[in-house]
Amino acid sequence: MTDLAHIRNFSIVAHIDHGKSTLADRLIQETGTVADRDMKAQMLDSMDIERERGITIKAQTVRIDYKAQNGEMYVLNLIDTPGHVDFGYEVSRSMRAVEGSLLVVDSTQGVEAQTLANVYQALDADHEIVPILNKIDLPASDCDAVAHQIEDVIGIDASDAIRVSAKTGVGIKETLEAIVHRLPAPKGDATKPLKAMLVDSWYDSYLGVVVLVRIIDGIMRKNDRIMFMQNGTVHQIDRLGVFKPGMMPVEELGPGEIGFLTAQIKQVRDTRVGDTITTEKKGVTQALPGFKPAVPVVFCGLFPVDSSEFEDLRDAIEKLALNDASFSFEMETSAALGFGFRCGFLGLLHLEVIRDRIEREYNIDLITTAPSVVYHLYMKDGTQIDLHNPADMPDLTYVDHIEEPRIKATILVPDDYLGDILKLCQDRRGVQLDLTYAGSRAMVVYDLPLNEVVFDFYDRLKSVTKGYASFDYQLAGYQEDNLVKMSVLVNDEPVDALSMMVHRDRAEMRGRAMVEKLKDLIPRHMFKIPIQAAIGGKVIARETLSALRKDVTAKCYGGDASRKRKLLDKQKAGKKKMRQFGKVDIPQEAFISALKMDG
Amino acid sequence: MPEDWQAGGFGLYIHWPFCQSKCPYCDFNSHVAARIDQTRWTRAYISEIDRIGAQTKGRTLRSVFFGGGTPSLMDPTTVDDILTKVRATWPMSNDIEVTLEANPTSVDAGHFAGFKDAGVNRISMGIQALNDNDLKALGRLHTVAEARSAFEIARGLFDRVSFDLIYARQNQDVAAWRSELNTALSMAVDHLSLYQLTIETGTAFGDRYAAGRLNGLPDEDRAADLWDVTQDVCQTHGFSAYEVSNHAKQGQESRHNLIYWRYGDYVGIGPGAHGRLTLDGQRWATEAPKPPGEWLAQVESTGAGELPREALSADDQLTEFLLMGLRLTEGVDLRRLGAAENPDLAANIARLEDDGWLEQDDLRLRVSPKGRPLLNAVLRTLLSD
Repeated sequence: MTDLAHIRNFSIVAHIDHGKSTLADRLIQETGTVADRDMKAQMLDSMDIERERGITIKAQTVRIDYKAQNGEMYVLNLIDTPGHVDFGYEVSRSMRAVEGSLLVVDSTQGVEAQTLANVYQALDADHEIVPILNKIDLPASDCDAVAHQIEDVIGIDASDAIRVSAKTGVGIKETLEAIVHRLPAPKGDATKPLKAMLVDSWYDSYLGVVVLVRIIDGIMRKNDRIMFMQNGTVHQIDRLGVFKPGMMPVEELGPGEIGFLTAQIKQVRDTRVGDTITTEKKGVTQALPGFKPAVPVVFCGLFPVDSSEFEDLRDAIEKLALNDASFSFEMETSAALGFGFRCGFLGLLHLEVIRDRIEREYNIDLITTAPSVVYHLYMKDGTQIDLHNPADMPDLTYVDHIEEPRIKATILVPDDYLGDILKLCQDRRGVQLDLTYAGSRAMVVYDLPLNEVVFDFYDRLKSVTKGYASFDYQLAGYQEDNLVKMSVLVNDEPVDALSMMVHRDRAEMRGRAMVEKLKDLIPRHMFKIPIQAAIGGKVIARETLSALRKDVTAKCYGGDASRKRKLLDKQKAGKKKMRQFGKVDIPQEAFISALKMDG
Repeated sequence: MPEDWQAGGFGLYIHWPFCQSKCPYCDFNSHVAARIDQTRWTRAYISEIDRIGAQTKGRTLRSVFFGGGTPSLMDPTTVDDILTKVRATWPMSNDIEVTLEANPTSVDAGHFAGFKDAGVNRISMGIQALNDNDLKALGRLHTVAEARSAFEIARGLFDRVSFDLIYARQNQDVAAWRSELNTALSMAVDHLSLYQLTIETGTAFGDRYAAGRLNGLPDEDRAADLWDVTQDVCQTHGFSAYEVSNHAKQGQESRHNLIYWRYGDYVGIGPGAHGRLTLDGQRWATEAPKPPGEWLAQVESTGAGELPREALSADDQLTEFLLMGLRLTEGVDLRRLGAAENPDLAANIARLEDDGWLEQDDLRLRVSPKGRPLLNAVLRTLLSD
């Protein structure tokens, strides 16, 4: 147990690519926490997908023992938080577990929208903040301008910002000293009953569920019987330890300390982020404030391309759900796609991560249907229904009105691209709330319907601004609007997996775009195929895919029948990547590509 | 059905893998070599004929085909030695067809008389285009004028002379092709092969196409229009298509190619050559190593210029029988290989007949005229599970 005065707990706030992971690596290396030979880039990001995308999904932590220039030993606990908007709640909990933050800003780029959202979370948690200007080794670095921008946009003093190159190691020593001298020590009382916050948890195939905790008061000891206050479950601690960054066992954890426990817990679902942990007997009665159960906001259907893989998909989804309490699923049957699952996610990145993991780790090819938000249907009989799937939309005659979720989106963009951004937001039914300038960059705040954002808004944003805009959002309640279900008919048969909720005023435009896309995506068949978009029984857009006219191999090489046979087998394999609707084969990628809007 | 192959006949294919230059569209097993020791090659062919001859003793040979490459660059004595060995190995039908593929240049034409003396009785000439610009674009070494005089020499020597043209070329429109085709038909004796240009990967055209530098190729609709006009014009001149790309006056079809399409047995000798052999009731797919040097060395060192044989399952055979046989206008006899009793196949046939892609009478199944340009799509449906 370390005395409070010699503990510093902190997180790092940064935009993707601004060097958060590299800085963390450098701190670990400088203090000799990891031997040089064991050092690999981005120590803390362990999942492949995280490493490839340079993002952190689960909170990771590392305990650094640091001998300061005053000769005293300090324990520095770094919690590396998930940086993405989908995981805003997890970020807020991680922030509550520490007393200070390093705000890392790329001195060649400046502040981004994501930095803003996370720094506000840090300020909400009353953090002391040390600004760090990174990448000063690059020629494009402009520390003075970026320091000004931090003061203008975020409103914190950046005059004593530390200038760092995490790449070359310049400024790392100064950063460590600043952590000791500028960040406050945690507070707590070892004599009080145990009160600890559950910061994060994950499944480890050898240890069961590993729980990351921050001790607030009291002492947590090995073999303690502890209670998770949300659901009242009791477990006995069988392992207690800290991350350095490998697991190192300890006998006890005291106030201000951050560590992990295992207790024969089988499911991550039983360990909710933000929950309070106390002892079974003589524990606290008052839980920590701020706990919220995870609520999925984006839903989509996941179907196996090969319907015989349904059970494999079930197995994969159940395993993933064990390790992710925020991911929900239920079985779904689609006339078009057969058996699959309707899954709920915290956001689009969360959706992509889960989908990628199923395809990659479980080797199942998936058809992903259009992501949908949750609509509130107010029925004429006074009841209210949550609609997760447009295919379940009841007949409009029973519906009084429909409400959709909206978001408050913050976009930071160089002013050259401001016009494009305003047009994009306008096109997506946005209402401008604010527009301010910070240097040559504009900050626009829009109220937008979430359903206009879930699909390809972020892709469009990146492409119209050549990647220079950054974007973040918060959910901002529900609002009534004129929404209808648009269905798509291919060869006169409805394809339920392509139906979607749209605003009535945008239905013709979306319908037209969709049927044109499908005309390109579906290969020609031996007959002509009408493709229609409809609202109720009314067709609002129509295209006809003309029939195949010529597909014949001109010449056989000598008597090489094998080559023809192999070619046929290849074509058959290609056909397996398609789904048959009546007589029409639709390629799996069509289900997502058809929804992408070019404008 | 151990002797099913007999319904298709028995033939011999000899592959000569050398060309003077490689054409940019060609993905056949052809190579340019500075010096070719024809005596060594002759010995290798003869040794292979001996080897396979021993496995197929007593069968009556209906056809020999020298393909390539450019077999008209072979010495007439090489051809003569090979054919002498062939005659000593298998009994031959009275109407045996001995075809040799030729390029229409004066060098090649200089060999024609020697080929005739060796026993060749049919020439298949790669003229490819009747327009000098397009010949150049296709990488051909001859002009239209040269091709015509080589063709006249061949006609003077052989009763049966066929030639090939490639159409659906870059920037070729329907009117230009119609007029070129009329010229071709006025030259044609009794047989004509008309192939739509196909861009194959691994060829110079394939590379250019992938890089977006092969312009003016017809889209599907123009390719279909070109196909339609080809069928019409040829039919008017009495050269109906008897196969996807082959047209002949009645009775003048290539007997050798009919063996492939009627799924008979054929011996394939030479680098990269394929064969189908039924031995003791099992049908085998044979294939030879592709690189000429490798094939030659293997024949000389091991006495067998072949890769390991593939035993064809009943399913494989049925698939190949239909893939090959439905290329023919005459179609296939469903009594062969138990096709008539196959329930999956019967269901698919019924579907395709209903939609007018297939026609059937008296257990002969053929692709309808409207189905012919969509043969691959018809086959995909026909052979789907």
